[in-house]
Amino acid sequence: MQLKFQVKGMDFSRAGQAATKIKKALQLAGMDPATIRKAIIIAYEAEMNIVIHAYHGTLTANITPHKVEIIAEDEGPGIPDIPLAMQEGYSTAPPHIREMGFGAGMGLPNIKKSADELDIQSEVNKGTRLWAAVFNNVNIQQNRYDEDAALSGANDLRSAGNSTR
Amino acid sequence: MLHADVLCGADRLDTEVTCGFGCDLISDSLCFARPGCLLLTGLTNVQIIRLAEMVEARAIVFVRGKKPGEDVIKLAREKGLPLLATDLFLFESCGILYQAGLRSS
Repeated sequence: MQLKFQVKGMDFSRAGQAATKIKKALQLAGMDPATIRKAIIIAYEAEMNIVIHAYHGTLTANITPHKVEIIAEDEGPGIPDIPLAMQEGYSTAPPHIREMGFGAGMGLPNIKKSADELDIQSEVNKGTRLWAAVFNNVNIQQNRYDEDAALSGANDLRSAGNSTR
Repeated sequence: MLHADVLCGADRLDTEVTCGFGCDLISDSLCFARPGCLLLTGLTNVQIIRLAEMVEARAIVFVRGKKPGEDVIKLAREKGLPLLATDLFLFESCGILYQAGLRSS
């Protein structure tokens, strides 16, 4: 399933709506709550980055049972130094944006923390493309873990049995 | 306890909150506020309502005497989100609620 939203720069009245809709779709799709949490942090921060920094853009979510991809593409000033922008606390947001509770320089770092895979391409005075993926594999890992635990539990029993002999 | 005014959602004041979170930063609220929490903040723009919806907060308390505009209250009413406002500071508000047994998000 693909959801695609237009996002306008400086439109704070509607900012966050796209991420909210993506969250509802993920809940309806029955994704794991941890996956939803990570995906919406990425979607919301990416949407706000377009609103705060770019002229306009799109926020896209590709949802499959195993993976959520969030893609934010914008036309805007671009990011001249991506590693610098990834640093916690680094922000180019102006004071009036900060007064609204944004611009703490945590957007991209939070996206990085939440994404299992992340790619950011940017060209100055053209725009930015952010691609992030979150894998919905918690249950698969959990099952594997349970199998391992069961195996090791069986081994423990066996060794315990051996030691008593 | 907070001598708060109810701005909207008076009919939902018996809603149970499972924890509290106090913050004036949108990004941190998004990352650390847990579903079912009471959100305490000095941010009064429309974004805080969208954020509360996103993190599934049950209600918002605006601190330091701040009151949101009518557009913000209207959106909260639509979302069924109770809004309260107190003159107390964030630290004091959190302290009073903590003493009363509410724990952190």
